[in-house]
Amino acid sequence: MSSGRIQFLLGRLLKSILVLLAVVVLNFTILRLAPGDPALILAGEQGAADAAFVDQIRKDFGLDRSVPEQLAVYIKSLATFDLGLSFRERRPIATIIGERLPATLILTLTAFALSLLIGIPLGALAARRPHGMVDVALTTVSTAFFAMPLFWTGLLAIIFFSVWLNWLPSYGMMTVGAPLSGLAAFLDLVKHLALPASTLALFYISIYLRITRAAVLDVMGSDYVRTARAIGLPPTRIWREHILRNALLPVITFASLQAGHLIGGSIVIETVFAWPGIGRLAFDALLQRDYNLLLSVFFVSSVVVMAFNFLADALYVLVDPRIEAGASA
Amino acid sequence: MIGFLRSFASRPSTLIGLLVFLSVVVIALIADWLYPGSPFRMVARPNLPPLSTGYLMGTDMLGRDLTAALVHGSRVTLSIAILATLLTVAIGTIIGAISGYYGAIVDDTAMRVTEFFQAIPSFLFAIVLVAVVSPSRLSIVLAIAIVSWPSVARLVRAEVLTLRTRDFVRAARVGGLSDMRILFSHILPNAMSPLLVSASVVMATAILIESGISFLGLGDRNAVSWGYLIGTGRTAVRINWWLSALPGFAIFLTVWSLNLVGDGLSTWLDPRKTETGRHP
Repeated sequence: MSSGRIQFLLGRLLKSILVLLAVVVLNFTILRLAPGDPALILAGEQGAADAAFVDQIRKDFGLDRSVPEQLAVYIKSLATFDLGLSFRERRPIATIIGERLPATLILTLTAFALSLLIGIPLGALAARRPHGMVDVALTTVSTAFFAMPLFWTGLLAIIFFSVWLNWLPSYGMMTVGAPLSGLAAFLDLVKHLALPASTLALFYISIYLRITRAAVLDVMGSDYVRTARAIGLPPTRIWREHILRNALLPVITFASLQAGHLIGGSIVIETVFAWPGIGRLAFDALLQRDYNLLLSVFFVSSVVVMAFNFLADALYVLVDPRIEAGASA
Repeated sequence: MIGFLRSFASRPSTLIGLLVFLSVVVIALIADWLYPGSPFRMVARPNLPPLSTGYLMGTDMLGRDLTAALVHGSRVTLSIAILATLLTVAIGTIIGAISGYYGAIVDDTAMRVTEFFQAIPSFLFAIVLVAVVSPSRLSIVLAIAIVSWPSVARLVRAEVLTLRTRDFVRAARVGGLSDMRILFSHILPNAMSPLLVSASVVMATAILIESGISFLGLGDRNAVSWGYLIGTGRTAVRINWWLSALPGFAIFLTVWSLNLVGDGLSTWLDPRKTETGRHP
């Protein structure tokens, strides 16, 4: 890798770290803003509201120190992924999230892969003959899916495929109480994954379809494609080397920006399908008013999103020849 | 006016979108006349399926009329979406305009903040805000605006950047007009068209975010919104499918019509734009 590219990636890495630091400060501020004194709430729940007990809880959770001191402790602990204790479950939050994160990653990455693998080819297909039958059909359907709330599509999928047809399970990640292993366990997972992942994917397929279509049409009208045609290059070669490669750039940029969106989608999808990931965890934290847990989910999601964006930048470096020249793009 | 409508709605898809959206607005406006009284009242036998006599969309598990709830829900959903859109456009326009007009360090700072808000998981952040500030219609409006303004700011900034070097702006500056006067009466009016298109997208998204928040049970419990109806209806999805399917269809129709209007607007405002997105 050339130095220009490495410099570009280092710049992006620094940017991600700064964003995460800002998220931490934001989190801390929001925690301060939350109504009610958590120590009083906890004490009240345990049926003891005397001053000594409340003070003990304050000390246990570090609530008795000054605000800047608390912020410093907060940043230091987050840097080592020590997210503190869940006020509610009295277990380390890092452990709770660690248990839930794989499920969310399986769900979102499957949906992400599905949407790219289906959306991009469909978008290219639609662009081959603008306003043709295929294009009109694909554009109409994608406009429709684009306007559907995710949780509603999910509920419709449950009504059709689980309740009426009884084909696929509608909740959870695996069959409860069935001691499966190896291939059988994997197939069980796939069966449970089918509805939530395709629901999440449907929305993004329509987005990638629209973006790829627009990008391909844009490139098709450009001078270098006209030149390539004029000098008589074979159409398949123009299509592959000139059109697709260049049309993919905006799609990659967009895909990397979608990571945060995908996490947001997984909250409602996990709630609808009782998928045991961090989205569902955020929902539970919400119901139980466990703000620290909720904000930790927000922090971890931000880390995941930043990591994802960084990967996309690395991919961009590999595809885009122009970065070689100027380090700041 | 007629001429404007005829040329604007010449594409069938735009016309359909406009009609559907206007119908939703009208229904919201005359909700009290269509279904007087609270939609929370129990009026019939529970669990009536759709197309029962007198209850077009059936009733829920407590015997409340789903049609009445949907009609009143349009009011809640639309009012939140409209307020959130206005606030989003206001914040985005101010930040984008100042950033583009003054440039240099002001622009740099504003753009870093914008990028930050675009990088974080926005829906999750909106939920966190609503939960912490305490769920209400106002907090939902604020949360939607806080996560939505960056796209508007970027758009306005880009417009201002191209407009501020135009001759009429230079003339205004030479004439000694104040910066604010130049921005608001010379530059921004020329950025209206793309702003209008962007507002339609913002509003469609606002409806989706609001319905997601209410679906999760974070909405105003005393007001029926479409998302809230799906959230309560989903517990009975195995028996009363219509309780979650029909309110969702209302959301879909409204968002879809807004998208069609937005598409129509952008082609109408920029007829020279060809299919490839380039100016010939």
